Amino acid sequence: MAAIETEALTKDFPIGFWRPRPYRALESLTLSVGEGEVFGFLGPNGAGKSTTLKLLMQLLYPTSGTARILGRPVGDVSVKRRLGFLPEHPYFYDYLTSEELLTYFASLFGYHGEDRRRRVAAVLDEVGLGAERRLKLRQCSKGMVQRVGLAQAILNEPEVIFLDEPMSGLDPLGRRDVRQLMLRLRARGCTVFFSSHILADAEALCSQVAILAQGRLRAQGRLSELLAFELKGWELVVSDLAADRRAALESRGVRITHIDHDRCTLELPATPGPEALVHELAGGGARVVSLMPVRDTLEDLFVREVAAGGRRDTEGL
Amino acid sequence: MRAILLVAGAVFRESVRDRVPYSLVAFAVILMAASYLISQLTAGQDLKIIKDLGLASMSIFGLLIAVFIGIGLVAKEVERRSIFALLVKPMSRDQFLIGKYLGLVLTLIANLGAMTVAYYLVLGYTELTTHVSIKAGWPAPAVDPRLLLAIGMILAELMVVTAVALFFSTFSSPLLATLLTLGLWTAGHFNADLRNFGAVVESEVAAGIALGLYYLLPNLAPFDIKAEVVHGVPVAWSHLGLTLAYAAVYIAALLTTAVLVFRRRDFK
Ligand SMILES: Nc1ncnc2c1ncn2[C@@H]1O[C@H](COP(=O)(O)OP(=O)(O)OP(=O)(O)O)[C@@H](O)[C@H]1O
Ligand SMILES: [Mg+2]
Repeated sequence: MAAIETEALTKDFPIGFWRPRPYRALESLTLSVGEGEVFGFLGPNGAGKSTTLKLLMQLLYPTSGTARILGRPVGDVSVKRRLGFLPEHPYFYDYLTSEELLTYFASLFGYHGEDRRRRVAAVLDEVGLGAERRLKLRQCSKGMVQRVGLAQAILNEPEVIFLDEPMSGLDPLGRRDVRQLMLRLRARGCTVFFSSHILADAEALCSQVAILAQGRLRAQGRLSELLAFELKGWELVVSDLAADRRAALESRGVRITHIDHDRCTLELPATPGPEALVHELAGGGARVVSLMPVRDTLEDLFVREVAAGGRRDTEGL
Repeated sequence: MRAILLVAGAVFRESVRDRVPYSLVAFAVILMAASYLISQLTAGQDLKIIKDLGLASMSIFGLLIAVFIGIGLVAKEVERRSIFALLVKPMSRDQFLIGKYLGLVLTLIANLGAMTVAYYLVLGYTELTTHVSIKAGWPAPAVDPRLLLAIGMILAELMVVTAVALFFSTFSSPLLATLLTLGLWTAGHFNADLRNFGAVVESEVAAGIALGLYYLLPNLAPFDIKAEVVHGVPVAWSHLGLTLAYAAVYIAALLTTAVLVFRRRDFK
């Protein structure tokens, strides 16, 4: 069973006060995320990521389409027990401390007494707020509030967790903590669905990604498959390459760059494969130092998919 | 039910931390103390002044608390988006809204309670310091338990106002909800005039509209039994019972509508 499924999920926002016209923030999104996956939901600003997350949390109602979490329709109270959600730019109550807030939320999840106290202490430590737990939320810095947001999302040991830009507002150490937190969640078997702009994080963490732009799904799949398609060529490092061989290769259009006096890098196209050339060079006395496939990074894929949609300018308004 | 009580508890705790109700309660207490000084100028003749001013400040400051905190409960929570993390917890939107209402009623009871204690202290002090001959002229004793009736009716009225505030804040911005609630409170006190409107105007349509408004708008005048209590005039139990029943029905209708609106609402 898929942990998260959406079918043709669509959301229109009315814009304009006087005569509202619908603005399509999300167009027919069909997704399926298996249990235990770490799913990266990527897209530029305004792509519709937060809209999708809010639809999944039933903070918004879809214009059309359906969404199911753990096999039940969204908004089902019994499913809410098993979910965690970190909203974008979380904000909580000014006058409560993080400990009080988490105690309140833990009670809503049905924790009592000593059990609850221990659970709250555990999540505070997990997000690194143990020392600041008695600070009023109004006095917390942005990154601290973000951590409180993470703490409340993992409070109930969720089976599925939704994080809207979990790294936002965090310092480099904080980001590393969040990456490790997500890895721990994955190790526990929790399905993680997170939106992000930081492709390096997605590349390091996700088993699957989806790229959304202008409300439409542009690409979706296993990271290894999405990027494997995009073999761009080979990078061959050789040493002791004879000068005449080198000239011959250059005349065949192979780009050669010197690394130092006897090593150089050859850039080869993806097809034909490098095997024949390696054979030929070895026969000529050159030695192969390394052979590496050159693949697209997630960033290349992202830029291509997003650029395909084009930008909407004001046209000199 | 547990979720409702938890939300109510959180409202109560947050409003206890908030400075606004404290300053309002403090201000009301200062007014009561000041009314004592004013009454001294007339050599204790005017117990009425103390009683009137005290009840009036309870009802006005109670109103301010009900409106400002009441609006903050939902509208501000939506505007600041603190509602996002809360609504995904295992409870329904209905429970959230009812919990908010209960929490505010608890807050009102606590604040009115504090004001009542201060009120009776001022009255008790007046009782002790006034000469017997002057006391003989009072229509009702200073420490009159009947004042509690008036205060109870103030609470009932504030419960209606809170339901109005909550209702507006489920679909409009904090500022608009505040204005609408204060507007409705004002209208509620002149509501009885609408009923008589039909007798004064020619137009059937205007009279019909007036009658419609009369039933739609809260009728708050019957909750005001301050003058009767202060002057020692009896108030019929049937009047109190009917007014309370009216309050219950009106609150139930408002909360039901608020819940229905809130259920379908998008949080952006
Ligand atoms: N309440 C609203 N009314 C009208 N349009 C909205 C509303 N909320 C979002 N939108 C529009 O919907 C689109 C998607 O917004 P969304 O917040 O989902 O983007 P996002 O992918 O989360 O972007 P970001 O990376 O900046 O957080 C945007 O074009 C935005 O302008
Ligand atoms: Mg967003």
